[in-house]
Amino acid sequence: MNAEPITYLNAYIEGIGLLGPGLSGWSNSQAILNGLQHYQPSKTIIPAPELLPAAERRRASDIVKLTLATSLEAITTAGLQEENLPSVFSFSNGDGLNCHTICEMLASEDRQISPTRFHNSVHNAAAGYWSIATGNMATSSVLCAFDASFGAGLLDALTQVVVDHTRCILMASDTPYPEPMFAKRPIPNNCGIALILAPQASQKSLAQIKVSLTQDPADQFDDVALEALRLAIPAARGLPLLQALAQQKDRRVVLDYLDDLRLAIEVSAC
Amino acid sequence: MKPLLLSHFTATSCIGQGLKQTLDALQQGRKGLKPCDFETVELNTFIGEVSEVNQVKMTADMSEYNCRNNRLAKLGLQQDGFDEAVKLAAEKYGRNRIGVFIGTSTSGILETEIAFRSRDSVSGALPDDFVYRKTQNTYSVADFTRQYFKLTGPALAVSSACSSSAKVFSVARRMIEAGLIDAAVVGGVDSLCLTTLYGFHSLGLLSTQACRPYNTARDGISIGEAAAFALLEKPSANLQPNDVLLLGIGESSDAYHMSSPHPEGLGARMAMQQALESAGLVPSDIDYINLHGTATPSNDAAEAKAVTAVFGNDTPPCSSSKGATGHTLGAAGAVEAVICGLALQNGFIVGGLNTNEVDPLLKMNYQLKNQPQALSYVMSNSFGFGGTNCSLVFGLAKNGDQV
Repeated sequence: MNAEPITYLNAYIEGIGLLGPGLSGWSNSQAILNGLQHYQPSKTIIPAPELLPAAERRRASDIVKLTLATSLEAITTAGLQEENLPSVFSFSNGDGLNCHTICEMLASEDRQISPTRFHNSVHNAAAGYWSIATGNMATSSVLCAFDASFGAGLLDALTQVVVDHTRCILMASDTPYPEPMFAKRPIPNNCGIALILAPQASQKSLAQIKVSLTQDPADQFDDVALEALRLAIPAARGLPLLQALAQQKDRRVVLDYLDDLRLAIEVSAC
Repeated sequence: MKPLLLSHFTATSCIGQGLKQTLDALQQGRKGLKPCDFETVELNTFIGEVSEVNQVKMTADMSEYNCRNNRLAKLGLQQDGFDEAVKLAAEKYGRNRIGVFIGTSTSGILETEIAFRSRDSVSGALPDDFVYRKTQNTYSVADFTRQYFKLTGPALAVSSACSSSAKVFSVARRMIEAGLIDAAVVGGVDSLCLTTLYGFHSLGLLSTQACRPYNTARDGISIGEAAAFALLEKPSANLQPNDVLLLGIGESSDAYHMSSPHPEGLGARMAMQQALESAGLVPSDIDYINLHGTATPSNDAAEAKAVTAVFGNDTPPCSSSKGATGHTLGAAGAVEAVICGLALQNGFIVGGLNTNEVDPLLKMNYQLKNQPQALSYVMSNSFGFGGTNCSLVFGLAKNGDQV
């Protein structure tokens, strides 16, 4: 890196949402992340999407339900239900099952895919459903950076907080592809993290974070199963930050980002 | 917002490779759309194909990135000395101080569509040489662009359907203003594939002829493909009068429907108003609007309501360039940013092609012919599925907004 001064992006975390294999919500997962409770991986359980009308609930795909659930946990704990929050969505891929079905149909004699299947195929489908469900008309940034998707989303959300002096909600979610895509992109389970970031300290603040780019190696979990999860699902690359938040102590965390670039985060409890 | 300089830009679409061909096509009203003969597609529609894409070769070290979308990206990056400009910027700022933010909707999905035809008859497995990460994955084209220039700064793909490559300007603005980077390669690349052709067909949104934006009898889109890029930097002290600046950005969500716009164009209106505010301009400052103008009945109607709500019934001259290029989906925002840049620098209002009777119900000052006219400020609209809206405002350096 050049010798220019390091740029730090400061923000306060006001809400956290988490769902993953054996991680049923942020409130239920803190004891696991700070080592008080044994981590036992099991299939991710996604709660029914309360925010969607009944008809939509049945049709909603995992990536929509997962994103709604993690965001709802973060928004509810922060008490920001009425806020028109700018949003950042980061998905390493869209709805894997839907993509598989479209590719299968397009390889068949009958290529007549359904309109719903098609509009669900866009990378921003979950962002669209989320804005409809929450009535949120603020800007949304819908991103992908393959395995770096969590870091890319966190950086984009932080720049909104720092440059535009606004709260911002980050939602990073990933869902599996079925075979044969699974063999090429083996994401084993659903996993999502939501964070609400704010430019100033308030009574809602859970922690302060100070983020910069680094080339230091990413933190790994001592727990073999948690480390396997971190490596297997792009959204789970954010878990070391959630561990530091669960520990409620001042700590430096390095998160994976791009191959040659990582995010250093100084976490201070509020 | 603090203005940003588009120090270099380029576009490659069915109307031309690079700026010269694109400008010639625009000035001569040359049409790029043709009846669909793409791949194995059997649909009665028109497409905007960049046929030269088939001749593009990947170098050995980049061979895993070989897919139509990345070949199109490479073709686009090689025009107008754009790659040379990025290399110079990398020397000036450092490779780690340049971000790469590319919009795409379908990335290299065509590769997967084709791979699904060659699944192992027993196991169902995809062919061994199918490389998901470097072709189909949405990030692939941003990754390709970053590797092509050997840049080491932040990178991502924006994929919010047809607003994708307008919103990359917003990501870049924030990253530059936050101090993480000094410059950004932004752009949009989307290529023809079966998903979008059959998908828009399923929605009944494909025209059977070259699309006719804002026409009374408009009946849908023509899908095109394109690669367009800009190098964004903070304006320097020695700006030239004809330099193009990004002056304003507005973004919103409809929160209404997945594939239909808000009927009153509410989200679009918010995006345009925000873009004007962020540029410090009022509606009467805008000399030309490059409309989203997809040519579907509901899209154009909703956009027209939004434009007249912001600009009044006496709207600035406006048109959609999609009659020429087709709707290039995730690349449209970047293509139309470049068209706005050309219109500003060459002083003309771009007439909309294919439209023979402007829908009187839409009450727009829609231009059917090119008009020579000095332009100071122009707006470009990009809206997409999921109710995502982005409006950009561009102007010339000689207006003096950079100080």
